[in-house]
Amino acid sequence: MNSQANTQSEEKIGWFKQNYVALTTIWIKECTRFLRIWIQTLVPPAITMSLYFVIFGSLIGNRIGEMGGFSYMEFIVPGLIMMSVITNSYANVSSSFFSAKFQRNIEELLVSPVPTSVIILGFVGGGVARAVLIGIIVTLVSLFFVDVQIHHIGIIILTVLLTSSLFSTAGLINAIFAKTFDDISVVPTFVLTPLTYLGGVFYSLTLLPEFWQWVSKANPVVYMVNGFRYGFLGVSDVDVTLSLALLVGFNIVLFAVAYYLLKTGKGIRS
Amino acid sequence: MKALDISGLTKTYKGGVQALKGVDLTVDKGDFFALLGPNGAGKSTTIGIISSLVNQTDGKVSIFGYDLHTQKEQAKACIGLVPQEFNFNQFETVMQIVLNQAGYYGVPRSIAKERAQKYLAQLDLWEKRDARARELSGGMKRRLMIARALMHEPRLLILDEPTAGVDIEIRRSMWGFLEEINRQGITIILTTHYLEEAEMLCRNIAIINKGAIVENTSMKALLSKLNTETFVLDINLGQQKPSLMGYESRLLDDHTLEVDVEKAEGLNPVFAQLTEQGIQVLSMRNKSNRLEELFVRLVETAKAEG
Repeated sequence: MNSQANTQSEEKIGWFKQNYVALTTIWIKECTRFLRIWIQTLVPPAITMSLYFVIFGSLIGNRIGEMGGFSYMEFIVPGLIMMSVITNSYANVSSSFFSAKFQRNIEELLVSPVPTSVIILGFVGGGVARAVLIGIIVTLVSLFFVDVQIHHIGIIILTVLLTSSLFSTAGLINAIFAKTFDDISVVPTFVLTPLTYLGGVFYSLTLLPEFWQWVSKANPVVYMVNGFRYGFLGVSDVDVTLSLALLVGFNIVLFAVAYYLLKTGKGIRS
Repeated sequence: MKALDISGLTKTYKGGVQALKGVDLTVDKGDFFALLGPNGAGKSTTIGIISSLVNQTDGKVSIFGYDLHTQKEQAKACIGLVPQEFNFNQFETVMQIVLNQAGYYGVPRSIAKERAQKYLAQLDLWEKRDARARELSGGMKRRLMIARALMHEPRLLILDEPTAGVDIEIRRSMWGFLEEINRQGITIILTTHYLEEAEMLCRNIAIINKGAIVENTSMKALLSKLNTETFVLDINLGQQKPSLMGYESRLLDDHTLEVDVEKAEGLNPVFAQLTEQGIQVLSMRNKSNRLEELFVRLVETAKAEG
């Protein structure tokens, strides 16, 4: 009886070790990929955000005055960091997974015994790593323009991790369905960009008429930007607890969708 | 226990094309097995299902006793796949590709590095370990796919056209390598269009056509079905043209004679008659690969039967 229990627990440990090795392999492979092409992945957001800081923060921002009790520059910094996190986590996984599909090296994973959940975690982990790295880069760039204050570091970290994992999973789902490279740029152009720009990065929702405030609250990006802004400035247009709860909920739903699609082989198995 | 046991395997693609119509196939442990068939016969679909790249419609597949449906992870861990088309990341180095492959199977990095050195050296790729995959020649890419498939030391190696587009020298060295790993106990399933390759390497064979197995036997038994062989003789023509009593023969030019010889007849009477006529035989060879002839016959018979 005891030896049977021991064998079972050894098998379990073996299973965990095997999948831990597989997970770290996929994650390191993903990180190596975006670091190898750093000119395409890490430099552009730093330049784009510097331009935003110069134009919206310094030049136009001085004429706008205060927003939410802070200088316009201070107000937009969290939103701009979050914008970089969202676009880069999405782009990383959608392009990496679609390239793997396109070059057919996704077959290496499909043939192997790596569980579907580990494949998702590996790719999403890569997206999160890139998003966090870019978040740090953009934060460092912002220090040239404004003194960044931190109200609640725990909320900042939690919001970044949950938001980047959410958009990484969304990018993965996009790549599963995509048949051409055009298909992975449709969602960022027609969905992600409008949602981000209308997600309270550049303005407080309180500036909008009541009806549009209500409409804006149907935009999930509003909760991410505001939750993140609360972590820095201690102010938010929405309830921060609700914001975190929604992020957790969206993560669970999208993970389940990605799991179902990969498990059934949608877009990758005939 | 069989290395591979397939029963009632069917596959109907979305458009309604029935690629497999109930395939039954077994491969013994330690075998070197050929799966042959014309293009579109169902070879790749069968291999795709075994290696989890294609969803089956119905049937049962087990690998070393592990059911591919209910014990997927254990079954998959037994297989190493060398696909027909290059499917590695062209931007990664040779070393990264093989180490990643080992990682997917849970092989710790230290062991993976030792294996990488062993297999890359055996396949003459060690010098190229830091080269990106896209910089390799066609033959090197083929060998890289074999090295990659061996990184988790599979019990069953499936090779789908492993020597396509490879020059004869490299092909021969690959044959030697495959024979060696088969001797060490790895079961091998090979599909190829070079029938000479299958005849030379494989002990057992299945021929698939139009989604069904039309022949499944040992290579010896299959070759013994061939009653007639055609020989090509290089000759020095004497005063007269050759005339062979009891044999079908054709003089292709002044130096080449083709003779059909039934197995029971033997070649001695042919030489005797030619010597009598003052014709010297300089050399002799089989006109075509024996397996190729059988293959064409089997496929044509299946076609005629509908």
